[in-house]
Amino acid sequence: MYEITFSTITTWVDAFLNQYMPSWLATTIECLVIGVGLLVVYALLALFYIYFERKVCAAFQCRLGPNRVGPMGLLQSFADMFKMLIKEIITLKHIDRFLFALAPYLVITASMLTFACLPWGNGLQIIDFNIGIFFLIAVSSIGVLGILLAGWSSNNKFTLIGALRSGAQMVSYELSIGLSVLTMVAFAGTMSFTELVAKQEDLWFIFQGHIPALIAFLIYIVAGTAETNRGPFDLPEAESELTAGYHTEYSGLHFGFFYLAEYLNLFVVSGVATLLFFGGWMPLHIPGWEAFNDVMNYIPSFVWFIGKAIAISFIIIWFKWTFPRLRIDQLLKLEWKYLLPINLVNLVLMVLIIVFNLHF
Amino acid sequence: MANIQEKIAKLFPEATFEEGENLMVCIPDSKWHALAKTLKEDAELHFDFLVTIVGMDWTDKLGCIYYLQSTVDNKMISVKVTTEDRENPMIHSVHDVWAIATTFEREVYDFFGIIFVNNPDMRRMFLSIDWKGYPLRKDYDDNPELNPVPKENERQEDTTVSYVETEDGKIEKKVLNVFEPNDFVVNIGPQHPATHGVLRFRTAVDGETIKKIDFYSGYIHRGIEKICEGLTYPQTLHFMDRMDYFSSHHYHHAMCMVYEKALGIEISRRAQVIRVLMDELARIASHCLFMGTFCMDLGATTMLFYTLRVREQILDIMEKTCGARMTFNYGCIGGVMQDLHEDFVKDVKELLAVLPKNIKEYNELFIGNVIAKGRLENVGTLTREDAISYAVTGPSGRASGWACDVRKTNPYSIYGELDFEEVVYTEGDSMARTKLRLAEMEQSARIIEQLIDNIPEGEYCVKVPKVVKLPEGRWFQMVEGCRGAFGVYVESTGGTSPLRLKLVPPCLPLANVVDHLTRGNKIADLITIGGSLDYIVPDIDR
Repeated sequence: MYEITFSTITTWVDAFLNQYMPSWLATTIECLVIGVGLLVVYALLALFYIYFERKVCAAFQCRLGPNRVGPMGLLQSFADMFKMLIKEIITLKHIDRFLFALAPYLVITASMLTFACLPWGNGLQIIDFNIGIFFLIAVSSIGVLGILLAGWSSNNKFTLIGALRSGAQMVSYELSIGLSVLTMVAFAGTMSFTELVAKQEDLWFIFQGHIPALIAFLIYIVAGTAETNRGPFDLPEAESELTAGYHTEYSGLHFGFFYLAEYLNLFVVSGVATLLFFGGWMPLHIPGWEAFNDVMNYIPSFVWFIGKAIAISFIIIWFKWTFPRLRIDQLLKLEWKYLLPINLVNLVLMVLIIVFNLHF
Repeated sequence: MANIQEKIAKLFPEATFEEGENLMVCIPDSKWHALAKTLKEDAELHFDFLVTIVGMDWTDKLGCIYYLQSTVDNKMISVKVTTEDRENPMIHSVHDVWAIATTFEREVYDFFGIIFVNNPDMRRMFLSIDWKGYPLRKDYDDNPELNPVPKENERQEDTTVSYVETEDGKIEKKVLNVFEPNDFVVNIGPQHPATHGVLRFRTAVDGETIKKIDFYSGYIHRGIEKICEGLTYPQTLHFMDRMDYFSSHHYHHAMCMVYEKALGIEISRRAQVIRVLMDELARIASHCLFMGTFCMDLGATTMLFYTLRVREQILDIMEKTCGARMTFNYGCIGGVMQDLHEDFVKDVKELLAVLPKNIKEYNELFIGNVIAKGRLENVGTLTREDAISYAVTGPSGRASGWACDVRKTNPYSIYGELDFEEVVYTEGDSMARTKLRLAEMEQSARIIEQLIDNIPEGEYCVKVPKVVKLPEGRWFQMVEGCRGAFGVYVESTGGTSPLRLKLVPPCLPLANVVDHLTRGNKIADLITIGGSLDYIVPDIDR
């Protein structure tokens, strides 16, 4: 079934629009539709993630979680969203107003740009260019700027400490993310999302690349958790130490932006992991099992992608509700003394495997 | 005791002695510092644990009673130092002999206005800096116009004063800075998730590293000691629920014992067993809550729910018998308020059945975790000497190798005949303090197991006079609360209300030692250390 691609639909829409209007207008309308669609999916997904995390954490803690608003509490996130939308945005004295207001937008922009890169299904992606994964890593780094600005411009000692922690943490762990992605890019030989997925048609990379791919995945998931500031690496917003860290002084929609971005980054990190290690939207194919592969193909490609991403998010949520938090020096030690050297060795190992053709 | 008296009399001919529950040495202020040094450092005396300093106002003179205990043979002695000067009362400080004296003396200064010469920090402690008068003095004017409720922000001074004695015997007033001029000071508290109440640590940090902590309390000080001076003895009991609200059974126990001792009342065996059972159940509940909130402070939120599950079961048991889940108000002079509920034995047995499984689970889930080990091991190590000098009792003191369990050192009630171990670890770090509480839960369960099948028949409360009048005299009683040794000092002139009621909370020394333990550590370690010491703020601010 995955042979049916979404590009047929998009091509048809494009042709339809061009038939009735000049091409500049058609392009503008397409961009608008995509933009609005993206925003809607972004918001809905964030709401789902908030609900999902609350339910999962409730299950770990022998509780029920949200269960009053709507069936099984499904509308709880919507209610929370409306509450947040109608809350006052408090302006503080003695702050740098421009930077204070800019910070949440930087964070949400970074998160949205990375979100826009993800290939959702066969042909269901907004841009496809040959340095896709490189672009994604580049734009995701804008987020740390927003966090640093938020902490600095709030003129509050707690937020400043939170921001400094966050800066140190994200800059360090970006290295690990970059190197583990590089390992997989070296293995795939491409940075384009489409080609990355296409190369996993027979077998996902985590199986093809066996040991080094597995190591790269483990490092990626640890660094990804740190990159999204989630437990056990949630030091920038460690509530028992710094109340809410860098976003302590934010309220209303501005706080909502940080909140949304945090959950969406979780999805983005899981999505990239899916893409690099678990075949993106590609169904599970096992060479030689034709009947099995055919059955798998009947499941639509976007279900595969979202399903896999949520499964990986579940693992990250599991971390958060099980482990205690690390201390800042332990966090940096983990990165610079363990993850980084292992990563470098792993890269060499991967190259050797490619050179000697030892992969599946 | 006799040879201690002889020895002190030989060394200090000025000393006089008063008989009582334990030996009381009266010494003029000029010789007090020398006596203190001797009492602590002499190998035979070895009174190295300063239990408390009781400030006193006998109308004709002001003074302090120092309660000292030896950690070798657990004998107790008290020292009385008085001054007749009401305008400028001065007593020499002993902060260089016992580290905890710095804070205890500050408290006495706050309430009695007695200046301790050479103490480096003579600020108000619980009251605001511009408070007029000294509330526990008998001539205190409590007119609200003198000390109106402030309408402005809290006033704060960054300096402290010290009265230093120069070599030629003159006393000079010195103004000292609390922090260095360029320190980056962060307020941890008064409203902060990790202070477990309204307590404030003014923390000077260098990056993430802590340079100094100024411990600042009094936000919820209710003046229980002052209020009690106007109440009858049975009325004073009710405040015991409102200090360390997890040890309320223990605190009631202590207060009841001190009154029963003064009145000469012998309570029934049944009442004693009930009291011990309740104490130990409360201890398990308190340690459960410690585990939960401590793990939550460290970011492991899920643990809270696993420990609250057990605590909930204990609270249900308490609710059936005491009618409350928090302020039990169960002990009374002569026994306990009500008989046990008919389901008590069954419920406790159900609890005992699930407890070992749960403790095992806590150990597996948290103690064995790599991150938890990294956060707790070798963090905030308190040596045995420091534990004694800073008077850190309870589980925190025992984790440093100091066997300070009052149930063993000075057995009260029926603890002497029970079979249980005093758990003592020697590491002294946060991990030891955490593990020790889990081990203590097992020991408490052991005590309950011994008693639950043989609760004797009899009356749960013996007859006491309708109007309770304590004879003239002074009494002191300590019990082992959940967080350390809790003491009650009562002095009576023969009336229906006390002349002075001093409560000795274990949490004040615990919060006081945070500065000593955190210097040079990270901000995150402040949370670990504070959490592992497990102080309760209403216990500090009585």
